[in-house]
Amino acid sequence: MSETAIAHSVDWNEPARLRGIARRHRRDLRLKAIGAGALGLAALMLLILVGSLVYNGALAFQQTHVTLEFEISADHVDPAKPEAGNYRAITRDAVFRLFPDVTGRTQQRDLANLISNGVQYDLRDRVVADPSLIGSTLTLDVLVSDPYDQLAKGAIDRATPAENRRLGDAEIAWFDRLDAEGRISKPLNLGLILNADSRFPEQAGLAGALWGSFYALMVCFLLSFPIGIAAAVYLEEFAPKNRLTDLIEININNLAAVPSVVFGLLALAVFLGWFGLPRSSPLVGGMTLALMTLPTIIIATRAAVKAVPPSIREAALGVGASKHQVVLDHVLPLAMPGILTGTIIGMAQALGETAPLLLIGMNAFITQAPDSVMSPATALPTQIFIWADSPERGFVSRTSAAICVLLVFLIAMNSLAVLLRKRFERRW
Amino acid sequence: MIGYLFLLILVAAIAGYVVNRQAARSQAFGSGARFHSLPGFHGAYALLLTGLPAFLFVLVWLTFEGPIVDAVVMASLPAEGVAGLDAGKLSLIEAEVKSIAAGNVFGEPEPWKFAAAEYYTSLRGTFRAALWISVLLVCGIGLYIARRRVAADFRARHRVEEITSWIMIACAGVAILVTAGIIASLIYESVRFFERVPVAEFLFGLNWEPQIPLREDQIAGAGAFGWLPVFLGTIVITVVALVVAVPIGLLSAIYLNEFASARVRSIGKPVLEILAGVPTVVYGFFAILVVAPAIRGAGAAAGIDVSPNTALAAGGVMGIMLIPFISSFADDALSAVPRSLRDGSLALGATRGETMTKVLFPAAIPGIVGGVLLAVSRAIGETMIVVMAAGLIATLTINPLDSVTTVTVQIVTLLIGDSEFDNPKTLAAFALGLMLFIVTLALNVLALRVVRKYRELYD
Repeated sequence: MSETAIAHSVDWNEPARLRGIARRHRRDLRLKAIGAGALGLAALMLLILVGSLVYNGALAFQQTHVTLEFEISADHVDPAKPEAGNYRAITRDAVFRLFPDVTGRTQQRDLANLISNGVQYDLRDRVVADPSLIGSTLTLDVLVSDPYDQLAKGAIDRATPAENRRLGDAEIAWFDRLDAEGRISKPLNLGLILNADSRFPEQAGLAGALWGSFYALMVCFLLSFPIGIAAAVYLEEFAPKNRLTDLIEININNLAAVPSVVFGLLALAVFLGWFGLPRSSPLVGGMTLALMTLPTIIIATRAAVKAVPPSIREAALGVGASKHQVVLDHVLPLAMPGILTGTIIGMAQALGETAPLLLIGMNAFITQAPDSVMSPATALPTQIFIWADSPERGFVSRTSAAICVLLVFLIAMNSLAVLLRKRFERRW
Repeated sequence: MIGYLFLLILVAAIAGYVVNRQAARSQAFGSGARFHSLPGFHGAYALLLTGLPAFLFVLVWLTFEGPIVDAVVMASLPAEGVAGLDAGKLSLIEAEVKSIAAGNVFGEPEPWKFAAAEYYTSLRGTFRAALWISVLLVCGIGLYIARRRVAADFRARHRVEEITSWIMIACAGVAILVTAGIIASLIYESVRFFERVPVAEFLFGLNWEPQIPLREDQIAGAGAFGWLPVFLGTIVITVVALVVAVPIGLLSAIYLNEFASARVRSIGKPVLEILAGVPTVVYGFFAILVVAPAIRGAGAAAGIDVSPNTALAAGGVMGIMLIPFISSFADDALSAVPRSLRDGSLALGATRGETMTKVLFPAAIPGIVGGVLLAVSRAIGETMIVVMAAGLIATLTINPLDSVTTVTVQIVTLLIGDSEFDNPKTLAAFALGLMLFIVTLALNVLALRVVRKYRELYD
């Protein structure tokens, strides 16, 4: 058979051959197009993901305020005990004065809901801080409550029938009147960063979550960085090849793939159950995250240490340094950029980790920022989870905004890692 | 408070370093003797001897202080207050006494609880004072011993290196400790669960209603703990995720590996890396904000009844999360195929596409399969997306348009806000966790084996 095949010469310009080649090339193009399409689809999904979050979150970076005059009369506030004053009445009066035509009890109650519930406490804090305000009239920009905030941002459609809308016609008319009087303003929403959590969307902010995440990450870093480096250096430079070190290596590789929720179960049973550490505390959160970050740091450190050429070690040993001195004075400094890059990436992963923190109770409702690693707190991702679960309309944009804040942190950390790698990593 | 204690130990250790180094220096200078070790090593020896024992001492003390104080206070309670109470009631009393001690008094507790709280506060104070004194003592003894050993022939460097070696071994051992901790805690709590619910019922039961009776005589609230419907739900969501992730991931890897220009590569790779870096809680919110309403809208337009928490939404978004995972594994596997195979195929006149589909891809299949197995393990263990986007009620169904629940969802919902491990409801979460750990571990081991076998083939 082979002889005939060789003897028979092939005419490549035969029409059937040409068609065959064209078909093969078409098939080639098709595969290329499908591949490009798949990659494009992945990019499109990323675009939709980021786009929808930015689009929704943009609303929360502004907050609607209304300018009101508060008459702090001595009738409502006793100068001897400013903290016990009737600030609720003062705030209500400030709103009612603008609408003398609204008299009915239910109508007045609706009208009082125009401003946020937190305004009275804000007013109280100001007067307690400066009792000389009693008797004067204070002009302040204060928060409007969430439905009006949504209205001002166009998130409530005026065209929907009144019974399906969160605000009635009368309420919208009140708001429009205030707007026409120039009392409505929409400044940058600093409360999103400066306030702690609240049940009222217009007051809720991320301060508690940011501090909680900061403390947890600090604990995580302080534990996982030294332990990770020590473990990696031992395994890479000192460990004899035996069953024990094999076991450690298998363990590290498996830990990297254990589901995060299992670490949460471990923390719940061991840290909270057996050691009795405080629930919801950044300390426990950080310890849990440290266990999860450890494999990442160990693997990165080992790669960085392995990349240091043996000639450096031999040179140092040759001039009389001990093995420990070689590692501490030469190998580690040279490997440090790689180690730091791996650590930052591990920290970024820890910052976004949610499930284990839920199990140790870092999803509690806490209205003040934590003041130490022992006090109850939330973290950025768990705060996102809490807000995503809240039914109020205002929390949808807050959640998106919180995600944007989280993503900004992650992008900053990853860029720093890339920068470190580009600037300092040496190739031999 | 404890922070200051660690600060004290740090300061003492640094002081030890300075003192000893100075001592070694002045001795060497004064006597002119040749020291075996540099002054810095004498300092480091003092640093370790001052700091390390004190540090370990504090850790051990803190581990045992809480339980001992609790036990002493509970033993001191008057007999008439606690006679005949079960463990649950006793722990309630303990919590109440502690909250009184912390200054939070609710209602009107009995006077003996106030007395207990006072005793608790004073006992804690005593323990803390004792801790401070002991730490100072331990630091002092360490420093004294180290200082006395400063001498020309003392091999400080060897000692320091020996100690640091042991510290490094201990750090490496943490990995074993963590695994052991995971296995021990899961098994311990699961055994307690299986004391209340038979193993066979858990493994083969077709009903999952994790409730506990609120009253003794409540029959309807008995609950059922068969994990099969929960596991089936996990599999449904995993399959949906793989249906999305495997084709897109593989095809983008093929494109990036074989066809893409350098410019497309430099854009495409970071896009996939960003997708991989997005936290899962963000994917979860994306699922409820965008994907679930879109699916519901599409279902309504097509006249199909779609439940609000479809497996399709949760699985689809999980698929997006897994795309970079699969594509990076496939890319690695394709790149690992020896150059000679590719060149040989091209030299025979095959097109690039034919080389890819007929030579490179089949050769890379073991590596790709390993990656897909790891992706399956990730999908089964993934928590936040399903907690936010999947359902809570376990139904025996394989319809992706229905609402299903998963193992991880059940673990989280059973444990949120509950810290007492004395009923089947909370313990069930640990049993589910054990199953999850076993399944993912098996998948990981299998995947690593497949990948390693394949590597040996070409190395």
